[in-house]
Amino acid sequence: MARISSLSEAIKDAVRDGDTVALEGFTHLIPHAAAHEIIRQGRKRLTLIRMTPDLIYDQLIGMGCVDRLIFSWGGNPGVGSLHRLRDAVENGWPQKLELEEHSHAAMANAYEAGAAGLPCAIFRGYIGGDMPKVNPKIKRVICPFTGEELAAIPAHRPDVAVIHAQRADKAGNVMIEGVLGVQKEAVLASKRSVVTVEQIVEDFGPRSLNAVILPHWTIQHVVAVPGGAFPSYAQGYYARNNSFYKKWDDIARERDTFLAWMKTNVLEKGPEAFAQYTRKQRAAAE
Amino acid sequence: MVDYKPNEMMTIAAARALKNDDVCFVGIGMPSAAANLARLTHAPDIVLIYESGTLATKPNVLPLSIGDGELCETALTTVPVPEMFRYWLQGGRIKVGFLGGAQIDKYANLNTTVVGPYDKPKVRLPGGGGAPEIATSCGEIFIIMAQGKRSFVDRLDFVTSIGHVSGGDSRARLGVKTKGPTKLITDLALFEPDAQSKEMTVVSLHPGVTREQVQDNTGWPVKFAAQVAETPPPTARELEVLRELHARTNRAHSEAA
Repeated sequence: MARISSLSEAIKDAVRDGDTVALEGFTHLIPHAAAHEIIRQGRKRLTLIRMTPDLIYDQLIGMGCVDRLIFSWGGNPGVGSLHRLRDAVENGWPQKLELEEHSHAAMANAYEAGAAGLPCAIFRGYIGGDMPKVNPKIKRVICPFTGEELAAIPAHRPDVAVIHAQRADKAGNVMIEGVLGVQKEAVLASKRSVVTVEQIVEDFGPRSLNAVILPHWTIQHVVAVPGGAFPSYAQGYYARNNSFYKKWDDIARERDTFLAWMKTNVLEKGPEAFAQYTRKQRAAAE
Repeated sequence: MVDYKPNEMMTIAAARALKNDDVCFVGIGMPSAAANLARLTHAPDIVLIYESGTLATKPNVLPLSIGDGELCETALTTVPVPEMFRYWLQGGRIKVGFLGGAQIDKYANLNTTVVGPYDKPKVRLPGGGGAPEIATSCGEIFIIMAQGKRSFVDRLDFVTSIGHVSGGDSRARLGVKTKGPTKLITDLALFEPDAQSKEMTVVSLHPGVTREQVQDNTGWPVKFAAQVAETPPPTARELEVLRELHARTNRAHSEAA
């Protein structure tokens, strides 16, 4: 049953040291505000899962919250490297980071298998490349009907999924629109979940008969955090701040500029800052 | 004769490789520029698919990320990412996949994972993303990459996605039924696989480019086809559309919220 919570309560209750956490979002609806709260609460030894770790995973890694990363593409899209991720992998700063690397197809299948309650995902993939040599969790299985050899990897079963969505209603049902990524699968594959939303409304009102909705009994905490995906975007509320993604390259390149930015913009701020970042665009949208 | 840059020639040559009835899986960066240039010039009906789930999208500006709102707003429909990879890519619904990489070898195998040893990398690259399965599930693959000795290498540090593996029928022997890389478009030349050996072979040089230049920027002894053509230079129209697209994109991406 979803509870309408504050962000600090939700993270305190749902995310624990040593947890496996999937903060998902495929470019769209990335839960930045929730991740900042995890950093502020000083979570340690996390295993993070994400198809496309980007700025927010760079921040979690650079702040020493993460021991292990399960991923398929780690970069600043269209800009370049994640400098904190690279510093952790190449130099062990601020601590060593263990990688479990997959392809997108594998990750998407593993979330779906997790949501479906299966122990593993089976798909046609990883043919001929080196990935299976560096990831012992990539196995082959034989189709019992055709004899075709297929790839198998374990299902994702995170302790907790953290996502951002456009709207929740008073009962805690959550509606997502636009680029959907793997958020529905991530929530349904996880033991616990936290969903931050742009708005909590009385009722969703008229909608498509096939709207993507996560029912309240699949979610533990719903938190209203207007602007909570910034500098990612929330379709219908505010656009992706591509210029910030470009700026991140300079901020994160050196350890001291990174730490200074984190202090001013994360450690000394709260979730209400996100409403400010997106105020103008949100006012026009609501 | 219109003045143009080698990168513009590369993007335009790649755009020309796409046909009006293609269904194309597009990656960010140069593939996206080439695919949208094709759509805005000779291939208005081309279906562009981005791995964020946007089917038949018609962005007005190039996306910075694979899932910009622009892609979703101009798409026919947007499907969840697991569906994208299962039904559309693995299901065999995509004709052409467009890839690039940090390193390529003469059989068009690609590395986007790591430079140096995997456990002690010199440079940790973003990783495979969709490439390992794009490379084997799309009907054929076009690769677009600027040439240089550090990127066109004799031996990859890591094989992220396969091309023609070790040449000959080695790809088919792995059970892969799709064609693999049929075109490699660079800033200097156009390569296609040799019918027998499957080694990527120069079939066309861009205007003013010499064989020596291609060799100087390639880490293996380059093969040239019996007949090497000259790539037609960019037309005024191609250049105009490409430059307008980039100008619109730069304006859109530098706007602060």
